[in-house]
Amino acid sequence: MKFSRSVEKPVWESGTTNSLKGDRGIQGVNDVYWVKQDEAYDKIQALKNDPQRPFPTLFDIVAIDESERQNRPAGQDHRYTLQYLLWNPDRGSDKVLVKVPLEGNDPKIKSITPLFKNADWYEREVYDMMGVTFEGHHNMRRILMPDWWQGHPLRKDHPNRATEMPPLTISEEDLAEYDGWEMLSSGDSYIRRKDEDGNELMILNLGPNHPGTHGVLRIMLTLNGEYMEDVYPVIGYHHRGAEKMAERQTFHSYIPYCDRIDYLGGTTNELPYVLACEQLAGIKVPERATVMRVMLAEIYRLCNHLVWFGTFGHDVGAMTPVFYTFRERENLFKIIEMITGGRMHPNFLRIGGCSMDLPVGWQEPIKLFLKDFDAHVHEYDNLLVQNPIFKTRTRDVGKMSLADCYEWGVTGPNLRASGSKFDLRKVAPYCGYEGYEFEVVSHTDGDCCARATVRLGEMIQSARIIRQCIDLMPEGEVMSRDNRYAFPPRKAETMMDIETLINHFLAVGWGLDMPVGESFVMIEQPKGNSGYYVVSDGRTSPYRLRIRTPSFAHMQTLPALSRGHLLSDLLAVIGAMDFVLADIDR
Amino acid sequence: MKDFWHVINTLPQEQWPPLYSAIQSLILGGVIVGALLSAAGYLVLLERKVLAWMQHRVGPNRCGPFGLLQPLADVLKLLTKEDSLPPFVDKWLFIAAPAIIMLTAILSLAVVPFGQPQWLVVKDLNVGILFFLALSSLGVYSIVLAGWSSNSKYAALGGLRATAQMISYELSMSMSLLAAVMLAGSLSLNKIVEAQSSLWFVILQPLGFVIFVISVIAESRRAPFDLPEAENEIVAGFHTEYSSMKFALFFLGEYVAVVLLSFVISTIYLGGYHGLFDIPYIPAAIEGPIWLLAKVGFFIFFFIWIRATYPRFRYDHLMELGWKYMIPLSVLNLIATAVLIILFPTLGGHK
Repeated sequence: MKFSRSVEKPVWESGTTNSLKGDRGIQGVNDVYWVKQDEAYDKIQALKNDPQRPFPTLFDIVAIDESERQNRPAGQDHRYTLQYLLWNPDRGSDKVLVKVPLEGNDPKIKSITPLFKNADWYEREVYDMMGVTFEGHHNMRRILMPDWWQGHPLRKDHPNRATEMPPLTISEEDLAEYDGWEMLSSGDSYIRRKDEDGNELMILNLGPNHPGTHGVLRIMLTLNGEYMEDVYPVIGYHHRGAEKMAERQTFHSYIPYCDRIDYLGGTTNELPYVLACEQLAGIKVPERATVMRVMLAEIYRLCNHLVWFGTFGHDVGAMTPVFYTFRERENLFKIIEMITGGRMHPNFLRIGGCSMDLPVGWQEPIKLFLKDFDAHVHEYDNLLVQNPIFKTRTRDVGKMSLADCYEWGVTGPNLRASGSKFDLRKVAPYCGYEGYEFEVVSHTDGDCCARATVRLGEMIQSARIIRQCIDLMPEGEVMSRDNRYAFPPRKAETMMDIETLINHFLAVGWGLDMPVGESFVMIEQPKGNSGYYVVSDGRTSPYRLRIRTPSFAHMQTLPALSRGHLLSDLLAVIGAMDFVLADIDR
Repeated sequence: MKDFWHVINTLPQEQWPPLYSAIQSLILGGVIVGALLSAAGYLVLLERKVLAWMQHRVGPNRCGPFGLLQPLADVLKLLTKEDSLPPFVDKWLFIAAPAIIMLTAILSLAVVPFGQPQWLVVKDLNVGILFFLALSSLGVYSIVLAGWSSNSKYAALGGLRATAQMISYELSMSMSLLAAVMLAGSLSLNKIVEAQSSLWFVILQPLGFVIFVISVIAESRRAPFDLPEAENEIVAGFHTEYSSMKFALFFLGEYVAVVLLSFVISTIYLGGYHGLFDIPYIPAAIEGPIWLLAKVGFFIFFFIWIRATYPRFRYDHLMELGWKYMIPLSVLNLIATAVLIILFPTLGGHK
């Protein structure tokens, strides 16, 4: 494929064929624009405000270090590619990729924060991970790594493992610098110590160890009485370098890591990854495996929403719902264990299908579970959501309008609570979701109570889809037979002919060389829309894997949602948001 | 000794010789304090068990049969834990705070009559209700001082919330009590119980009863009014910095307060030791305490039940509820009661 660097023309309209053998180009986005560094801002602005085809939402900013890439189109020698993924949820999930080649080791580019509010954290992440500086950004600091970190982890010259680096030591001076008040460092410029009248404000560090923050999340607050004047989330305590790990793992052995991104989501994390790999390799998944994937995804959606419901109740001070929903979730886990062998981290999907077939008699436990489930959801509704105390605590708290949701890149149930009917399963169906009957639950209030109502409704719809899966489940294979990239290869046939044996040996022992190309897939996860951008250089492991998670985008909205409210409301907002720290920090 | 029994069984309490009065108070007081503290320990177990049943759990069952030895294990654990005194606290207030809460909670029980005979109340004060109100207001100082002396932000927020809560609820609580006092024509709890021999005040004072129960739950700082220690928001609130036995005193103080407040509700609105019917084969002197304890048991269960059901209030909503609804309603209740007494002078204690 030949890239025309400065023209706006989509790649396939340039009329050239793949110049590289097996290069599959960029899959999964509608248009790709290559734009020069100094024209990027204007191009994005033009795309955002295009009267015919506007892109109101920034979905993700990805930077790719191209320095070790082998299979590059002729004439390309820039160091980094910075790409903006713009998105229009209203027009059938219309996606466009703006690619900007960056020269030099420490490049600078104009920040797009004036255009998109949510570019704030995405640009900080790119700066942190790749060392690309955004000029005009108001808070160009590290976001996931600690402030004292040296180097930019996702660069190819940064060591992969701690053992390749000298032991981590913190000098006395550094320690003194980050002690006491200086621990505020990351929010220092942001947090005001005094209000307009010169009164001193109380600074409260909520977290990283706090019973209400669902994990190692730290929120710096300035309080005026109990009213929050400034809210500044500090993230990164749960950062494990999931994207860097992908560059060492084979395409296939990365699947278990996906489970750990949103650890309440189970197979819904694996799904976008394997879908992206399958899209890259051109694998057609058997029907039975697809239905199994849908069924598991919906079961995990139930699991996720049940945990969310219980913990949200706990956040607003109701201690009982969590036990009811965990009982329900335990029953679901028994079903998941029966099917996959795992519970929270099933590691069940494979590139090309599923790891094994359903066990004999799998329908009965699921039917048994679904029998009373709708009634239970109504019970939860009566127990918590219909409670007058709950209503006064969540109504008009953490309100967000639909326009703001687009601006902040809010997706999933949180978006639907603000009046949108957007659901990827309906708008851009994957895995054959168009074949299932279900409604998109939506609410117009956009506050915490609406978020609760939407998720309760979604649980009933998910149960509906699971029932249809049981009825629809076709007979047949669960692993694609016709593609060399489908993994794992069939063990039973290895003893029949030498080709299969060699293929099996290489695939298992070495890993499969995926075709060159880039592939993007986004799906409707329980928490929102998650997108996996896989870059393959024709090797056994991804050249770059970008994981765009919903929790990251949602956590970024926290200051906007909670500023001016009471401290108690912060917990209601956090609870209603439904995030997981592993999903934010990756 | 014979003389002692004779005197305390026949004469009214005011006419007892001071020595007899002191002996009676000491003995009954000792029994009550002992019973109360072990009851509070077992109340913790009861609460955990009842909550567990309501939440599809088993509850504590490792220590002894049905977990009956759990309170002992808890006490041993709390006694042997390190009693840490953080360097940044205001030492004397920090130590005094947990003592105050226990003291006020236990002292209040002195005025509660347990049964018909005179000697079943530690001290029949003629300003019994005032005494209870005064002590319950003092109890809040414990929370405020704990929050203040801890010199920690979460504790300070907890202390502030407790203050806000107190000023919102003391008024409606005392105002609803005042209506009961008007009916009985006395501030003595004993007289109030006697006034209910034919008709319990809950029937004459339904609105006052509801207001009082809500205020009492708020007073005890239990869910849904547990704002000063809301763990999701301010970690542990006022007792964030406390450990070991000092923490245990707060913990026990809460449960003693639950027992005490259940006694007060039963005494003022549910006829105290008056029963609905005579229990056969039981001497009259014991029958009163049995009825009273049954009512108290129900209210303790009620407190736990509420805790399992409701989410927590936000503190501005709580103030709103207190100032905008409860206080006007309690004033209304007071006026209605006054009108009632003028129209029907034979009601309650106004013979």
